[in-house]
Amino acid sequence: MGKTKIKGTAIKKSGGEKVFEVVVYALATLFCIYCLFPFAIILGSSFETEANFATYGFPIIPKDFTVQAYKVVLGDAQIFRAYGVTIFTTVAGTLFSMLLTITMAYPLSLKKVKFRNVITFFVYFTMLFGGGLVPTYLLIARTLGLKDNIMVLILPVAFGAWNMFLMRNFFNGIPHELSESAYMDGANDFQILWKIILPVSIPGIATLSLFYALGYWNQWFNAMLYIDNSKLFPLQYLLMRMLRNADAMKEMARSTGIAAGEIPTNSLRMATTVVAIGPIIFLYPYVQKYFTSGLTVGAIKG
Amino acid sequence: MKKTKTKAKADKAYKEHLGFVGGLQELWKHKMLYLMTLPTIIWVLIFCYYPMYGVLIAFKDFSYKEGIWGSPWVGLKNFQFLFNYKSVGRIFFNTIFLNVLFIATGTIMSILLALVFVEIKNKVYNKIVQTIAIFPHFVSWTVVAMFMSGIIGGSGIMTRWIMDNGGADPAFYTTPGWWPLILVLLKLWQGAGYGTIVYVAAITGFDQEMYEAARVDGATRLQQITRITLPLLKTTAIMLTIMSVGKIFNGDFGMIYALIGDNASLYSTTDVIDTFVYRALRQLNNLGMSTATSFFQSIVGLVLVFTTNFLAKKVEPDAAIF
Repeated sequence: MGKTKIKGTAIKKSGGEKVFEVVVYALATLFCIYCLFPFAIILGSSFETEANFATYGFPIIPKDFTVQAYKVVLGDAQIFRAYGVTIFTTVAGTLFSMLLTITMAYPLSLKKVKFRNVITFFVYFTMLFGGGLVPTYLLIARTLGLKDNIMVLILPVAFGAWNMFLMRNFFNGIPHELSESAYMDGANDFQILWKIILPVSIPGIATLSLFYALGYWNQWFNAMLYIDNSKLFPLQYLLMRMLRNADAMKEMARSTGIAAGEIPTNSLRMATTVVAIGPIIFLYPYVQKYFTSGLTVGAIKG
Repeated sequence: MKKTKTKAKADKAYKEHLGFVGGLQELWKHKMLYLMTLPTIIWVLIFCYYPMYGVLIAFKDFSYKEGIWGSPWVGLKNFQFLFNYKSVGRIFFNTIFLNVLFIATGTIMSILLALVFVEIKNKVYNKIVQTIAIFPHFVSWTVVAMFMSGIIGGSGIMTRWIMDNGGADPAFYTTPGWWPLILVLLKLWQGAGYGTIVYVAAITGFDQEMYEAARVDGATRLQQITRITLPLLKTTAIMLTIMSVGKIFNGDFGMIYALIGDNASLYSTTDVIDTFVYRALRQLNNLGMSTATSFFQSIVGLVLVFTTNFLAKKVEPDAAIF
């Protein structure tokens, strides 16, 4: 008796099934349009001649294509400084965050560490209760004197308890046999972590790093509270100021020699946004799977 | 048999009578591991625990010169001040109301989308759709504020569409009534796709044999969804909802401040506890009231978390946090 192939489409699709499929694809497509539509506006408007905004509004396809807004954005040092600040804080911050996270998550994943529950609770409690904005502000601004210091974008936000528990879950999945044999060969815990555990945990590390990196890249709150020096503004805060504050744009336009009355406010805002989120759009398809898997592990393993 | 029993007893005894010396022995035995945790413990002490003692400010008439210790006690006066503040009810209401809207619409939308995504059999289109749907989550609220100016601003797309079709100037940025709707639509834009991840993972984990059996029995895809998928998702959905309810007293500062900022004309429907706490610090310079408010928020939050965790345990015993 040979292999009998059962065709998956042996049961014919009824008319109702076809309608169902159309509805499904329609809903999915509609939602995708909903998601992409704002980006289309941002992109299109960044290339539109400023004068057209008052008459025609914000376009997806510009009526009079121009790169003037980009000339202003890229002609002024500010966007590059902001990029510098953001890249530095993202890279240095992610490294520091991963250091704090891994060194805490690994011992807490080991049953033999008897004080595990005490330390876990110590960390977990911070997720339940905190001092609040005022005490934190006083600590950072006055006690630690971190105002107008680039480290204020890294130090106070470096450790995420939720992220650490996610990392611990990843470590929980590593079989003990791996480290056991190394112990018998005389390795110490640091060596085991570095040489055995970490290489095996690359997916988890990638996921966590991306979570942190995204947080650093998008942050603006601490900049708003603690930084007045425009040379230290990160990208997102720069965007916020451009939206709120007419002066922010005048500064930018000044270096390109444009008169105050002729600043292409609308297209300038959009062009700056495009320049600011460009890297994310570019990198995103490559890193998306890490976020998806990380969230799944975290949610299902709790 | 006897050996394991005695060992188990010995272990238990070791744990129970760890004591001071036993504790030190434990620290020494795994000194490298405990040393590893030290930097993070220090960080947590500085940035999480040290500020906790700052809640004392809520009970004091704080002045920068005197510092926390020097400032005089005023008992509950800051709290009285807070609760007598004319808009305080509105702030609490907005916080809870907006979160309820977000949770309800978010859950429905995420489940609906997850069901849709799972039904897309074409693998390429499926990947594309999910990639696009999740992407808005990665963009900060400042970017959202930017494109909103292009949609509901003076020359915005929505504004012009309304006025071109005979409507009056909707004045989005000065009419508070619009904003619960706007905020919900934006929250969905940003989070509905991201929220599908957990549901899609759950659905794809379901045993396919049930669906096969149903199909053989002649059930349509729609019936399979309503009779099989949805009931199975109920537990996950309830769990996630309960978790969200635990945070219902916390407003989304990032979203609201980025979109509304200091636009006082919109406060009546958008001001939440967190934006109020921020304003009390930065503009009103009333540190006592600001601290009192966040302290109150933390206490309520604590109660909510314990309550919702208790409820969660009843639904799904394994999934609760503690």
